[in-house]
Amino acid sequence: MSASPFAPVLAGHASGADSPAPVTPRNVPYRDGAANPTAAALAAKFGSAVVRTDVVWGETTVIVDRARVNEIVRWLHDDPTQRYDYCSDVTAVEFRDLERPIEVVWHLRSLPYRRFLRLKALIPRGQPLEVPSVWDVYKGVDWMERECYDMFGIRFAGHPDLRRILMWEQYKEGFPLRKDFPLRGRFSRSEQLRQVLSQNPEAKYSMEELSIAEAFEDLPSEMRQRLGTGERVGE
Amino acid sequence: MGLDPSRGGQTVSINPQAQESWVTTKLDFLVNWGRANSLWPMPFGTACCAIEFMATAASKFDLARFGMERMSFSPRQADVLICAGRVPFKLAPVIRRIWQQMPQPKWSIAMGACASTGGMFDNYAVVQGIDTIIPVDVYVPGCPPRPEALMYGIMMLQNKIMKERMADKSLRHEMEPDPTSKLYIPPTLIDEVSEPFGNSVHQTRSGL
Repeated sequence: MSASPFAPVLAGHASGADSPAPVTPRNVPYRDGAANPTAAALAAKFGSAVVRTDVVWGETTVIVDRARVNEIVRWLHDDPTQRYDYCSDVTAVEFRDLERPIEVVWHLRSLPYRRFLRLKALIPRGQPLEVPSVWDVYKGVDWMERECYDMFGIRFAGHPDLRRILMWEQYKEGFPLRKDFPLRGRFSRSEQLRQVLSQNPEAKYSMEELSIAEAFEDLPSEMRQRLGTGERVGE
Repeated sequence: MGLDPSRGGQTVSINPQAQESWVTTKLDFLVNWGRANSLWPMPFGTACCAIEFMATAASKFDLARFGMERMSFSPRQADVLICAGRVPFKLAPVIRRIWQQMPQPKWSIAMGACASTGGMFDNYAVVQGIDTIIPVDVYVPGCPPRPEALMYGIMMLQNKIMKERMADKSLRHEMEPDPTSKLYIPPTLIDEVSEPFGNSVHQTRSGL
């Protein structure tokens, strides 16, 4: 086979030709089912960086030291016995119980081995909300980490363009999915409208996004200059 | 003979047997009749209401019967803004700019509960009714409204247009938003109308 970077990955092909065909799992126990073999491999490789392994409804969650997330994810992606080539989600969980830490969650999937692994890093209360970015391993987590930052305020160290993505960039009310955020926001409705109506609806894209879209050269010169200087209308 | 503004003000009758090359009518009636029966909608569909709007425009319900078969995807050639769906705050400056780009005469329809009031989305992200951003002529209730409901709203708008007077300059007056509040209506009024009501008064818990 040629060395094309777009060679197709057949699901389960790395498990060997004699591995059983996948079946829908039945009678999966709530706790203490069979763990993903990656969990043991992680514990052997990284030792104390692996805090705990939970198996709930047949899905394996590995809780790891948040300082070493990038290193662990890099190994999971590159190691030929793991090959986690797909990061399907990056998100966070905050609990109503103030004693419980905020959890940052990565959902990893290994297509060649047909494995699913959930990585979690705990951020205890009072600690800065910062974890390493895995953008250098999976380029696709770019917007997921931005969304997680937008909604929870968790900073991903090493992310190239950590801006808000769902709310507008000058949004001042905080991080909407945090438990201390009131459902209707912090400001009155008229104040929210006043702030958002002072936004420039054209100033939504970074220079990188515009150059990717190849639309920048087609914009009116006045708008190009405004965006080029990084001007942001509004507050 | 003449164009007949009777029969609800919507119909025009000419006797082809009369062989006359002229008609008499009121200019108001003629202009309004033309406007009401060639409304070009600017569809601003953001949610499930847009599906019902598409059904309304498709062959079974056939919006073309109202002279609306031509969707105007540029606001510059649009007559009526049909906002179908919820509008998040991030879209508020967009719909405001689209409204300002539409030439006079222009009207707008808030289709569905969310566009009219915010609906069940009484939260930090959703505008509590597009009438807090732009003027609205017709509100169509429903979640989402059936095509018949939207057509009824359009017919109400046509009735409204038929009652306009060209001499009334205030109808075609382009409003400017207040420079400090950026709004067309007083901020206190907006805070008043977007107070929680019904079930949503129980949603205020933030836990902390």
